[in-house]
Amino acid sequence: MAVTLDVLSWILLLLGGGFVLVGGIGVIRMPDLYTRMHAASLTDTLGTLCILGGIGLQAGLTLASIKLAAIAIFLLLTGPTATYALANAALMSGVMPRDAELPEDLDP
Amino acid sequence: MRILLTLALWMIAWLLWSGLYKPLLITLGVISCLLVLVLTRRMGNAGQEYFSLRLTFKLVPFWTWLFGELVKANLQVTRIILSPSLPISPTVVRIDALEEEIGGQALLANSITLTPGTVTIDDHDARLFVHCLTQEGADEVREGEMNRRIARLNDR
Repeated sequence: MAVTLDVLSWILLLLGGGFVLVGGIGVIRMPDLYTRMHAASLTDTLGTLCILGGIGLQAGLTLASIKLAAIAIFLLLTGPTATYALANAALMSGVMPRDAELPEDLDP
Repeated sequence: MRILLTLALWMIAWLLWSGLYKPLLITLGVISCLLVLVLTRRMGNAGQEYFSLRLTFKLVPFWTWLFGELVKANLQVTRIILSPSLPISPTVVRIDALEEEIGGQALLANSITLTPGTVTIDDHDARLFVHCLTQEGADEVREGEMNRRIARLNDR
């Protein structure tokens, strides 16, 4: 039982690490700010969730894993808010998406 | 009176989270609680009227669905990043939120942003501009599954 949990938690940790790595590669490969944000959101979502899930399995049913769940929820709520603040600030200051198809009424 | 009750609740939350009862930490807790109080006052208690337990229970099936979408979108973006040709076709689409309440619109904008491959870049008067990594992603946003699901959250 303990071995199964260990294996499962290691799979989650490695998966999470993988998503964070891919997100990093994406940030380097993408051409402009907005497309880079898409890559970074891999790190935000499944990357974080898998790592927190993996740590949670190590902690078991304790107060620590409840705290981890709370951290996951807070991150999922605040992450997109921060992303929006960044994207909207860029748009307001006149950074247009490069090589993108735009609707004609997009007017920052 | 209400302020004192709120402060007491926050202080209990702090003690439960920390589990350490040293003078330094308790002082920090009191300072944090007061700071949060000042900040929420400054924000005009924003968002207070949007929190209801009824909606919270309805959020559970929505979050479950959103989690499935998250996993799918993560795999799609991962594939795009790892393909040598980097097959992106950035598109900005405009959608109109079906949800009337401002809290629900914020939920829609945040759910779109949370899903990799789509980011809300402007949200004003129920009019959202969404930057999508690919044309296909843009078609999916236009199709509006998420928009409808959020509008349905407020139905009784």
